[in-house]
Amino acid sequence: MIVVENLYKSFGSTAVLKGISTSFDKGKTNLIIGQSGSGKTVFLKCLLGLFPYESGSISYDGKIYADLSEDDQRVLRSKIGTVFQGSALFDSMTIAENVKFPLRMFTKQSNSEMDDRVDAVLKRVELENAHNKFPSEASGGMQKRVAIARAIVNNPSYLFCDEPNSGLDPKTAIVIDNLIQEITSEFNITTVINSHDMNSVMEIGQKIVFLKDGYKAWEGSNKNIFKTDNEAVTNFVYSSELFRKVRQMYIDND
Amino acid sequence: MFLKPTKWTVMRNLIFRDIDDLVIGSLGIVSFISFFVGGVVTIQTALNINSPLIPQYLVGYATRQSVILEFAPTFISIIMAGKVGSFITSSIGTMRVTEQIDALEVMGINSINYLVFPKTIALLLYPFLISIAMFLGVLGGMAACYYGGFTSVSDYIWGVQLDFIPFHLAYAFIKTFVFAFFLATIPSYHGYFMKGGALEVGKASTTSFVWTSVVIILSNYIITQLVLS
Ligand SMILES: Nc1ncnc2c1ncn2[C@@H]1O[C@H](COP(=O)(O)OP(=O)(O)OP(=O)(O)O)[C@@H](O)[C@H]1O
Ligand SMILES: [Mg+2]
Repeated sequence: MIVVENLYKSFGSTAVLKGISTSFDKGKTNLIIGQSGSGKTVFLKCLLGLFPYESGSISYDGKIYADLSEDDQRVLRSKIGTVFQGSALFDSMTIAENVKFPLRMFTKQSNSEMDDRVDAVLKRVELENAHNKFPSEASGGMQKRVAIARAIVNNPSYLFCDEPNSGLDPKTAIVIDNLIQEITSEFNITTVINSHDMNSVMEIGQKIVFLKDGYKAWEGSNKNIFKTDNEAVTNFVYSSELFRKVRQMYIDND
Repeated sequence: MFLKPTKWTVMRNLIFRDIDDLVIGSLGIVSFISFFVGGVVTIQTALNINSPLIPQYLVGYATRQSVILEFAPTFISIIMAGKVGSFITSSIGTMRVTEQIDALEVMGINSINYLVFPKTIALLLYPFLISIAMFLGVLGGMAACYYGGFTSVSDYIWGVQLDFIPFHLAYAFIKTFVFAFFLATIPSYHGYFMKGGALEVGKASTTSFVWTSVVIILSNYIITQLVLS
């Protein structure tokens, strides 16, 4: 479980996060949603320790990250899998090498064990035949899937995904969403996903944190997001006609 | 850079790759430039000796001295600041802007160690490149004599061997090691700490070239003052 308390982060004089408190549960897919520019990526990077923040605290399973020694922080980080918004694959390595990289760095497995694991993970993201391609030769959606494979290959305890399915077709997007959810519950991972995709919200939003103007404007799950009358959330969710109809159905059914 | 080092098996591959990219990859251009500039130095010296009182073998002597003392270590290093330096800055800078460095960091990898250390080690072989430049520079001068007839080849060789002071070679290689260190670290710094996007990668490469050259030229002055005077 990850607990965030009163997180405050600004760039120069512009405050991006203005005191956010929330928690992300183990074994659940936790979503951070909000409009473009609402600070989702900044929030995630603060959680990852990539951005320093002015005040507040972040604790991983009871340990406050900032209080750990630099070595302990690195040990903790090696248990984190991350999918960046731009994939961030190493472009000097092939797809298989990218996925193998965390294993080479952090495990003592033999080469063939590693290769087996890489095969299994790549299969899971439906990329059996792309081992020897370089990231620049892969499509955007393939790169996303490789990034996911790399993030999960070393069985992380925490998984962070920044818009893992943006730029994917609806079918692949759902495959990815379901994959993340399956892995999350199967290995009891604390998963945090940035998204502005309402499909994901409905599919895997076991816990949802809604950011707006630097504040946490709402918190809940996909079960109650359609019923809330919080104006900020409804404005965001029902910006599309389709979801206005979905909401009506939910209300009619009750 | 040395805290929490990267696993040796991984590091070894990185070092070999950097030796290939930085040192082996520069052999061609360094050989080409050295050979022809050595030739030009010889021609210039020969054409400027008008007095019959000055012996012809001085052409070989002058070529050797300028190639070993300045041309190979300093001039080649400036060229390498352009070639190797901008390669280092742009490759690390691209990793910065595409979040690859962040990806390393969040995995718990010491990214400075991972990226800069192998380049520094690879450039320990830089003196090897400079020796080749010295040799080919002197050889280029000899070729110029042979084909241009400025002096006889035997006079040239006599000059090249004349009054050889081994300490000059030591001085040249002291410089070379210092320059190698700058060639690895200054461009890495500019790539690693850059901000922005693809456009800024280009700007960072230019800035890094300028700074590397300035530092090489200034340290050349200081080392020469300290070691030779
Ligand atoms: N490195 C930075 N320096 C200065 N300002 C930044 C930096 N990174 C982000 N910001 C600002 O912080 C705000 C939030 O950006 P962020 O990238 O977190 O948005 P986001 O919610 O992830 O949007 P999107 O859905 O488009 O990815 C933006 O106004 C942005 O300009
Ligand atoms: Mg973002």
